Amino acid sequence: MTTDLTRASAAELADLLTSGGTSSVEVTQAMLDRTEAVDGDVHAYLHVDREGALSSARDIDERRSRGEQLHRLAGVPIAVKDVMATKGLPTTCGSKILEGWVPPYDATVVSRLKQAGMPILGKTNMDEFAMGSSTEHSAYGPTRNPWDLDRIPGGSGGGSSAVVASFQAPLAIGTDTGGSIRQPAAVTGTVGTKPTYGGVSRYGLVALASSLDQAGPCTRTVLDAALLHEVMGGHDPMDSTSIDAPVPPVVEAARRADVTGMRIGIVRELTGEGFQAGVQARFDESVQHLVDAGAEVVEVSCPSFTAALAAYYLILPSEASSNLAKFDAMRYGLRVLPEGVDDPSAEQVMAATRDAGFGDEVKRRIILGTYALSSGYYDAYYGSAQKVRRLIADDFAKAFESADVLVSPTAPTTAFRFGDKIDDPMAMYLNDIATIPANLAGVPGMSLPSGLADEDGLPAGFQILAPATADDRLYAVGAALEQRLHAAWGGPLLAQAPDLSTSTTKGA
Amino acid sequence: MAELTRDDVAHLAGLARIDLSDAELDRMVGELGVILESVAVVQQSPIEGVEPMSHPMPIVNVTRPDVVRPSLGADAALSGAPESDQQRFSVPRILDED
Amino acid sequence: MSATTTDATLAWDDVLAAFDPVLGLEVHVELGTNTKMFCGCATEFGAEPNTQVCPVCLGLPGALPVVNEVAVESAIRIGLALNCEIAQWCRFARKNYFYPDMPKNFQTSQYDEPIAFEGFLDVELDDGSTFRVEIERAHMEEDTGKSLHVGGSTGRIHGATHSLVDYNRAGIPLIEIVTKPLRGAGERAPEVARAYVATLRDLLKALDVSDVKMEQGSMRCDVNLSLMPKGTTTLGTRTETKNVNSLRSVERAVRYEMCRHGAILKDGGSILQETRHWHEDTGITTSGRVKSDADDYRYFPEPDLVPVAPTRETVESLRATLPEPPAQRRKRLQSDWGFSDLEMRDVLNAGLVDLIGETVEAGATPAGARKWWSGDIARRANAEGSTDVASYAAERSITPAHVVELEGLVTSGRLNDSMARQVWEGVLDGEGSPTAVADARGLELVQDDGALEAAVDEVIAANPDVAQKVRDGKVQAAGALIGQVMKAMKGQADAGKAREIILAKLTS
Repeated sequence: MTTDLTRASAAELADLLTSGGTSSVEVTQAMLDRTEAVDGDVHAYLHVDREGALSSARDIDERRSRGEQLHRLAGVPIAVKDVMATKGLPTTCGSKILEGWVPPYDATVVSRLKQAGMPILGKTNMDEFAMGSSTEHSAYGPTRNPWDLDRIPGGSGGGSSAVVASFQAPLAIGTDTGGSIRQPAAVTGTVGTKPTYGGVSRYGLVALASSLDQAGPCTRTVLDAALLHEVMGGHDPMDSTSIDAPVPPVVEAARRADVTGMRIGIVRELTGEGFQAGVQARFDESVQHLVDAGAEVVEVSCPSFTAALAAYYLILPSEASSNLAKFDAMRYGLRVLPEGVDDPSAEQVMAATRDAGFGDEVKRRIILGTYALSSGYYDAYYGSAQKVRRLIADDFAKAFESADVLVSPTAPTTAFRFGDKIDDPMAMYLNDIATIPANLAGVPGMSLPSGLADEDGLPAGFQILAPATADDRLYAVGAALEQRLHAAWGGPLLAQAPDLSTSTTKGA
Repeated sequence: MAELTRDDVAHLAGLARIDLSDAELDRMVGELGVILESVAVVQQSPIEGVEPMSHPMPIVNVTRPDVVRPSLGADAALSGAPESDQQRFSVPRILDED
Repeated sequence: MSATTTDATLAWDDVLAAFDPVLGLEVHVELGTNTKMFCGCATEFGAEPNTQVCPVCLGLPGALPVVNEVAVESAIRIGLALNCEIAQWCRFARKNYFYPDMPKNFQTSQYDEPIAFEGFLDVELDDGSTFRVEIERAHMEEDTGKSLHVGGSTGRIHGATHSLVDYNRAGIPLIEIVTKPLRGAGERAPEVARAYVATLRDLLKALDVSDVKMEQGSMRCDVNLSLMPKGTTTLGTRTETKNVNSLRSVERAVRYEMCRHGAILKDGGSILQETRHWHEDTGITTSGRVKSDADDYRYFPEPDLVPVAPTRETVESLRATLPEPPAQRRKRLQSDWGFSDLEMRDVLNAGLVDLIGETVEAGATPAGARKWWSGDIARRANAEGSTDVASYAAERSITPAHVVELEGLVTSGRLNDSMARQVWEGVLDGEGSPTAVADARGLELVQDDGALEAAVDEVIAANPDVAQKVRDGKVQAAGALIGQVMKAMKGQADAGKAREIILAKLTS
């Protein structure tokens, strides 16, 4: 049997590992070789942990050879966004201010990956502190889109989407505060899920906006996303906002891929004007596929979504301004002494370090959040934004009375070129217009590829949103759509992506 | 809505403990002005009488039992410290008492 | 005229003639929970630096708080004991400001939704009258770390070259109890302040929620004070004197600030709104930090913690655990025990109420319990430099049962008072129980009347002049004979019986 291990899905690798068709060391080595070959161009990783990953892989192979009962994904390697604390591995959040920081503890999600026996390949690149939609705000240079190295891979989790899109890993962990899993998935032709808020523990996820952040899977197939979702999810007593209930039956839903009789709601406010023609066309086709699969289409209106972007860009900076206060040069991370000051005080060192250690976008949002919370402006900004947030949640509740899931294009456009929006914060923010409402309301969302836009041949994304704790519906709809699209394309969309390297490793 | 001035931004930067350079201040006044204008949309929404929403899920009363868990240990605690001395975090002189 | 911060003071009588003081007290109490407010770290006082810390209380990136259930229960019990209403639903809030001893650069506290509010505490003053202190709120928050200032001459913050921070204390649960502005105390304002803090301390001790040791900082008091010119009702500008950490200092600080404010106002000046530092040694306050718009704490609801919504059943079941209020208990015990006001005050001041209560419970008479605890045991404790009789006794395993046993030996006639004192010496020296000590030292009243009569006869014969005086009706002269008899009997006689025999022989 000749299989390119790097192109296999996690489910396929799991089967191969179980059947003895390959070993975890072999799979892990294949991924590391691929990284060696292509990541110089892609720059998906900030840190690759060769030794650690191979050592975990060896350990799992040994345990398997002893006949130990292992987790289904045991031995399948994974990449982790650099926003998750990993004991003994650098964690920078794409920021200079955390350069060289090695956490003394593991995030709960990371502990669960380790418990499942999944070797951690490395830490993926991201916009600094997850603020951005392009990875151009990473302090360590941008990640490039495997479909076109001159274009952005989305953000903030561009590293995690690019690492799976460029076949360096079958799976990656992402985090999504306003679309940072879904929008990169859309522009790289991959799959990404933002689970229900509280569905996956946030313990160890370096917070951007605590009430919006949620970690989730980044993969190439809907089933893989479900398998990883199941490993990551579930109650964690270390996170007060964690939902104390079992993970919804996501894997079962992905396998059944059944949308018969399901009501698919098209959100009027998230289609049409402002969406690239090719993106809209692929969306319309996808909806037709679902109808062909037995679903019913309804149109819903969520009028408050028009204010979602504004509410988001008040709530996020407010929470972020407080969450990022801890980066002060006192206990960990960078310490910069102010220039030309003899015997500087702690206050001066804090201010100098925060100026030198944070990038422009981070500083912009911290100042904005400081303003929105400040005395005399709280009610007008943060307070009003929280009221709009309630209206958006109410709109979702109403929409879910007439639809089982809601759908929209994930992002208004395909991947744009580097530099196109970097100097125009508002234009950059508009990338998240369709993904933000789910974070504000806490509901789950998924993006999967809907095809290539005619005008530029780049991937477009299809977004599915479900009511809180009904994450399984995303997988039912996503898997049903994926089946039909793969049939139409004659294989996965990523098969059409350019081969980045001629030295792609072939497994035996 | 009041226009955000350069002094306002400087004051906010002070609250946020960021020593912005003059050039940064100049740039940020303009950028924040644009952003603020657009986020002010929230004030035009029908929010009269609406209950603000701070948490996405309606969960209450999450507590843990009062049972001691192992600590990190001083070495691990201090492992990331820019400077330490006498098993404590060493920080520059503090100007004001709290 | 601009606001002033001089150290001049006005004579006490002149202050009272011209002004009415308005007092406000903020007391911070460290709860005696096993673990911190938001993490499972231990709370032992005096542990080695940075040994009771974890990612949560160190504010490491990614860590999340989880509320200590006992801390919430304690907060509710304190609220109930202060006759407060308990919130049906309340949230934690972040108080944002930068300070090196605060790991997250925000304090997790409560803002406009305290767990308890609108209560009162009746405080008994020295003249027996009662002053009602209105309580505005009691809320939950966390303590900060501790800084050691190095390089200065005095260990003080000013002149130090750097500081060394220990975060063991960071995150220890605090309850902040805030009074409403207290008016009408007049010349008794200093006494009211002291009596309030003392009453609160006793109450918290009775609730068993804190060790309330002001000298160790587990109870800390901030004194707010302003003056109103007599005949007016507008509140003046207040100062906040920080860390007044003994009952005596609370009284002195109020008096000092009244005189200082008086001096400024009398001269037509105005008070600068500032924090003041109290100096125990010199009995004055000095200028601290000026309140300014830099004190913009940007409070907002803590997104990492969910609301606290105690059910009414929970509140009522906690109410059922409240002890009898200390003042009420004191009155009841004094009446039960038949102590005079003076006796009761002595017992209270010596902190012996609980021990006497337990001893009476164990079977001793109230008078006996008081006599031994505040007599021999207290004397010995004081002689050995201990101010706390209860802990002195506990260290030596002296229990109420010992007192009961000794009293039994006296009432049964085996020991007289002076022998009982010798027995205490033995018990306190660790020689065993009262009976064991009496046995070992051969202490026993001579019960043989024959030997006693013989001794009496000898003494009468040897002191004919004294005997004659007694015969002539000077009964008090018998004392000298009794002394001689006791001496002859080497103390091992019952002095009462000796008196009986002497009087029988000489007066009948």
